[in-house]
Amino acid sequence: MANEFRKWQCIVCGWIYDEATGAPEEGIAPGTLWGDVPADWVCPDCGVGKDDFEMIEI
Amino acid sequence: MLPIVIVGTGLAGYNLVKELRKTDTSSQVIMLTQDDGRQYSKPMLSTGFSKGKDDTGLAMADAAAMAEQLNMEVRTHCRVESIDTSARVVHTSLGEIAYGKLVLALGAAPVLPPIAGKEHLQVINDLQDYARFHAAVQGKQKILILGAGLVGTEYAHDLASAGYQVTLVAPDQHLLSRLMPAPAGDAIAAALQTLGVSLHLGQAVTAVAKAGKGFAATLQDGSELQADVVLSAVGLKPRTELAMAAGIECGRAIKVNRLLQTNVQDVYALGDCAEVDGLNLLYVLPLMTCARTLAKTLAGTPSQVSYGVMPVMVKTPTLANVVCPVAADMQGEWQIEQSGSDIKARFIDINGQLQGYALTGACTAEKMALNGQMPPLLA
Ligand SMILES: Cc1cc2nc3c(=O)[nH]c(=O)nc-3n(C[C@H](O)[C@H](O)[C@H](O)COP(=O)(O)OP(=O)(O)OC[C@H]3O[C@@H](n4cnc5c(N)ncnc54)[C@H](O)[C@@H]3O)c2cc1C
Repeated sequence: MANEFRKWQCIVCGWIYDEATGAPEEGIAPGTLWGDVPADWVCPDCGVGKDDFEMIEI
Repeated sequence: MLPIVIVGTGLAGYNLVKELRKTDTSSQVIMLTQDDGRQYSKPMLSTGFSKGKDDTGLAMADAAAMAEQLNMEVRTHCRVESIDTSARVVHTSLGEIAYGKLVLALGAAPVLPPIAGKEHLQVINDLQDYARFHAAVQGKQKILILGAGLVGTEYAHDLASAGYQVTLVAPDQHLLSRLMPAPAGDAIAAALQTLGVSLHLGQAVTAVAKAGKGFAATLQDGSELQADVVLSAVGLKPRTELAMAAGIECGRAIKVNRLLQTNVQDVYALGDCAEVDGLNLLYVLPLMTCARTLAKTLAGTPSQVSYGVMPVMVKTPTLANVVCPVAADMQGEWQIEQSGSDIKARFIDINGQLQGYALTGACTAEKMALNGQMPPLLA
């Protein structure tokens, strides 16, 4: 499964969400797929919404 | 009904309309900008070279696409020259526009150092500047950067990562001195040096003159540096001229209350040009908070803005860091723990309360814990 985890990058500030590691300090468990991150979640660094993230290839 | 007129299509202007359209799909919105209205993320300007991007690569949408997506009108290359708040009209280079509500999202303009030859300095504060600078450095090697704040430091990192030979000069005793204490600034300086950046701190540039195909910069101690291109990043000044001329109250920036209203009815401000309840913060996080709040107010539900803790990352990927800046008038002292380039610096006030921090390297993991101990900026 691990190789199916993807990374997403905030297009405003460059913050990266890695599905494998999640964002435990923001309350998102490791292994949480981007699609399962709540819709009202915002980038911890710049506060833009989920719509402003785009997937980056790894 | 008269339209909502928004001056400025930076992150503040566009995000305001994005938020507004989530609940209000019908109010007429007209956006005005003196530039070409392309949507881009300003923080990405200082990571563009290492990603091999030109201005087109950084642009996310043009004005026409934004207008369509957000069901509004965008007038580009339309410079607002004055505001008549009693007639409720803005006078622009393309004629007069009447407003029902007016939002100023004018941003901040780069300040140039008052030195001889300042006309030779480049600045990068929007996509057009980026395009100009990008063209100027093609086939060139040596770049001299003035300024050791967030912007100067980030460009030094980005340009050095992209293979340029970068020299940074600033009068500050250490890097990022307005954001973090010396050990943290020095750790970031060391990270820049591993990329080949040459630093001259505690020294101002006193003059820049043409020399051959490039420029010669004279430093305070009389020494000279040669460069192909000189980039100035010495500071930004909120754009207040329009508001001041219209009798709108300004301090460091355009003064607004927590409803983001100026002292003039139906005129609002947000983003880099606004001073919200005394705070003029030139970052995206506060601007997004304001965009969400003002969108509610414009949609008919008056809402007051509040700020939590607002940490800032300086984008120097060689050494991760995060800072929570300390207010300028705060009394207290830094308490610093350091192990190599991992630094935990906490600013403790006279009552023992945490009032700011700077974390580098592995210590950045403590960000959330420290945020929990920080008082909110605007409760
Ligand atoms: C290099 C760099 C890196 C940054 N990195 C970060 C970061 O990592 N994280 C972070 O939080 N912040 C960062 N910032 C700060 C952040 O980018 C700004 O706070 C934010 O983009 C400001 O947006 P704004 O919409 O208020 O202003 P701007 O983007 O400056 O927009 C101003 C708009 O007003 C228009 N305008 C001005 N005057 C007139 C007029 N008279 N008539 C018509 N139109 C007018 C302009 O055309 C423009 O559209 C960075 C800034 C820079 C320069």
